[in-house]
Amino acid sequence: MTQSAGHYTAYHPRWLRPHISTYWWLRRRSYFAFILREISSVFVAWSVVYLLLIISAVGQGPAAYQGLLEWSRQPWVLVLNLSSLLLVGFHAVTWFNLAPQALVVHLGHTRLPGFWISASNYAAWVVVSAIVAWIVLRG
Amino acid sequence: MIKRSAEPLLWMVFSAGGVVAALVLPMLLLLFGVAFPLGWLTPPSATHLASVIGHPMTRLALVIVCTVSLFHAAHRFRYTLYDGLQIKHLNEVIALLCYGSAIVGSVASAYLLAMF
Repeated sequence: MTQSAGHYTAYHPRWLRPHISTYWWLRRRSYFAFILREISSVFVAWSVVYLLLIISAVGQGPAAYQGLLEWSRQPWVLVLNLSSLLLVGFHAVTWFNLAPQALVVHLGHTRLPGFWISASNYAAWVVVSAIVAWIVLRG
Repeated sequence: MIKRSAEPLLWMVFSAGGVVAALVLPMLLLLFGVAFPLGWLTPPSATHLASVIGHPMTRLALVIVCTVSLFHAAHRFRYTLYDGLQIKHLNEVIALLCYGSAIVGSVASAYLLAMF
């Protein structure tokens, strides 16, 4: 064997790297909440797909729309959408609660307390939800 | 594949998508995913929804909601795979799959609403 660029020793020292179980997030409630919040991303993606399915059905006419409404009553679709509602709701609550950490607002020389930043986010949530419901249910 | 310089933009879209998804999606899910299928409320007619979606502002809003929410989900899911499953060595494949799906979904939503 020729000696090339690197100089290798016969014995590689063992790396001091503790093994972490794949299920580390089951150990503590806070870890589990973290992963639950992260998993909400899958349900956000599904919500967009479901929204696009509705839009596509409406675009194809009343028969296709009725078909979609029928399909949405199937137990597995209902369970999927209920889980999505819970997890996207969990995403919303954790997101709004974290908002004060990401957003620092100063009024003159005083920092606006985090409570008011969260509160304004929740207020926006109520307003936007009311507008969405009003637009959808108006007809 | 993903250069370091793309990270700040991805985090920005992640934040924007997080806000939009939190504000808009729960009510839509409550209505179309739960309240209408379970018969709590009467679903709107197809003609009403068609006229709502027919408005250019609604279509623009829906494309934005879909796009930023999908990128938010892709970005978060990418890091879930890194942390949850500890497969950081598959960095490039994961990033490609996550953002690739988000791009496909965004283009599909833009096409669907442009053709509406």
